[in-house]
Amino acid sequence: MKRRELLRASAAAGLSVGALGEYSRAKAADTIKVGMLIDTSGPLEVFGQNKLRCLELAIDEVNQGGGLLGKELELVHRDTQSNNQLYNQYARELTLGERVDVVFGATTSASREIARPIINRSGVPYFYNTNYEGGVCQRGTFCTSTTPAQMVKPMLPGLINKYGKKIYVLAADYNYGHFSDRWARKIAKEHGGEVIGTEFFPLDSSAFSTAISKIQQVKPDIIHTVFVGPAHAAFWGQWASAGMVGQIPVTSQTFSLVGEQLLLPPEVSEGIYTCLNYFEEIESAANRAFLKRFRAKFADKYGYVGETAMAEYQGLMLWAQAVRRAESTALDALNEATKNGITIPSPSGEVTLDPATNHCKLDLYLGRVENGAIKILETFSAVKPENPGDQCDLIKNPDTDRQFEPEI
Amino acid sequence: MDVFAVLIIQSLYAVASLALISVGLALIFGMLRIINFAHGEFLMLGGFAFVIAVSSGVNIWVAMFLVAPAIVGSIGYVVERLVIRHLYGRRVIETVLATWGISLVLIGITSSAVGYFQRGVTPPFGSVRIGAYSEGGYTFFVIAVAIAIFAGLYGFMRFTLAGLITRGTMQQPDMASALGVSKTRVNTLTFVAGAALAGFAGAVMAPITGVVPTSGAAYIAKSFITVIIGGAAPITGTISAATLLGMTSYFTTLFTRPVIGEVVLLATAIVVLRFLPTGITGRFFRRGM
Repeated sequence: MKRRELLRASAAAGLSVGALGEYSRAKAADTIKVGMLIDTSGPLEVFGQNKLRCLELAIDEVNQGGGLLGKELELVHRDTQSNNQLYNQYARELTLGERVDVVFGATTSASREIARPIINRSGVPYFYNTNYEGGVCQRGTFCTSTTPAQMVKPMLPGLINKYGKKIYVLAADYNYGHFSDRWARKIAKEHGGEVIGTEFFPLDSSAFSTAISKIQQVKPDIIHTVFVGPAHAAFWGQWASAGMVGQIPVTSQTFSLVGEQLLLPPEVSEGIYTCLNYFEEIESAANRAFLKRFRAKFADKYGYVGETAMAEYQGLMLWAQAVRRAESTALDALNEATKNGITIPSPSGEVTLDPATNHCKLDLYLGRVENGAIKILETFSAVKPENPGDQCDLIKNPDTDRQFEPEI
Repeated sequence: MDVFAVLIIQSLYAVASLALISVGLALIFGMLRIINFAHGEFLMLGGFAFVIAVSSGVNIWVAMFLVAPAIVGSIGYVVERLVIRHLYGRRVIETVLATWGISLVLIGITSSAVGYFQRGVTPPFGSVRIGAYSEGGYTFFVIAVAIAIFAGLYGFMRFTLAGLITRGTMQQPDMASALGVSKTRVNTLTFVAGAALAGFAGAVMAPITGVVPTSGAAYIAKSFITVIIGGAAPITGTISAATLLGMTSYFTTLFTRPVIGEVVLLATAIVVLRFLPTGITGRFFRRGM
């Protein structure tokens, strides 16, 4: 192509893009745009693909029920490709270019903290639907999944009674692992137990043999693990090959989040305790109906709907309920409408938004892996999000914008 | 007593695994002067070839000893014919750039073709009881495999005609050509052998570490450091460097915590390179192979 032709062609392209922009703004008037920033490729696709599917299903269901405020919901998804830089670019694109009415998504805390300030500045409500280390306190950010205390509190006391007092913690070496370790120490102590040792592993580390020997030496009664990512998944095979399965009970704060049990042979995963807000195995009519709809839409290619995926469905339903009550999608109206809390039914039980922290009260299920599937042993209703020392109070201080560390 | 036995076994394992993941890279660097930045991806592909073969019903040992080296060796052949053969004798930075490109391509292809949701293979052999401790039987297997690989490589280089020709081509390429050796052919075969060794090592490590398309990144740093510290001689260099680095990082991890172990491994590497810029075999064991 000659230079002049190229110039002419790009000018024409510019015009047509401009026209498209006009078109989408015109269209924005009769749909409500739901922005989604999620990794559907790259290493984080194990979370992202089912997260997107759950959000799509939720949007379908809202639309089938007549939409919101008389308008259809329209999904605007950007694949962030497990690349944090794209969170910056796409968060701007969704809020400034597409002018979405709400943003969902982000998987890791690092990516959330890139997108969050951009979304918050634009005034668009943001729903972060993944379990994380806790403490984010900002009125435009709604964290709808679990935080470490919500998992540790229901899980450890019962196991201390059953197996003994000495707990050994193996955790990922970043804030999620460190905060979880602090909560495990606090909660163990309150229930007559004691954390006798903690070992932190870099996220790319898959060398566990030294830790396993240390464990064999100190003989704890319970191993509490907070593993994150594919390198840490190597622990289970190494633990099994050292002949430790069934010797010392092992818990996990992350196991089954994306269906890890499908990737391990049953003799390796046997007996792992896990405590999450959602498992496919939950026996309730609402959950069975949900899975039926999910499978009808996505057939069998999805693997396992874990807590991280279900949280997107719950997040959207929570937002939809708030919009109905506020009769608006604007953040101020949503804050006003939810100031006395808001509750939705979901396949995992009731989910209640706590307006002081913008975190959720949820049901937690203690499960144990048996024969490659989760057996649910106990249900803990309406477990509150922890907010040590009432650090976060968005009703009193609506201008707060920070992430608190648990002072414990 | 049992605690010492465990310490010895685990430190040997630390050395063996480091040597095993580095040997393919060392061979290619030592013989061809090519820094193969796609080495980590060769290990990753070996791991995937093994895991996928096993889950589709191939016998685990066939998958490890035949399928993985054969597949990665073939990939190595294609890569050598298309890219590497243009790089012999060029500056190191050019070989790094070109092979880094190959590494990105291989990660991209594997991500879209296989993805990140791959069922693993558990280490076979069960566990071995040592007093109050129990250690995975597979740990012993990895140590034995590393010893066998290095003994085999040494025997090949030292006692066979092919080994002699390989060494000759490496040391005096012009003279080897004058004697009727096809330099191109020796280079290709050496690269393929390095790739196949990497594929095999990837398969051996897969049951312990698991495998995802980005696994290569975790391998390349460690194997690269081992090879640079080792210096030009692939066999003695890799063994001595793996021993130094494996032992220091293992014992630091044991007495402190994993992250310090990794820091000390890197710190040792920097100190060694400060005093031995051409690696261990640049100063010691100079007659080694």
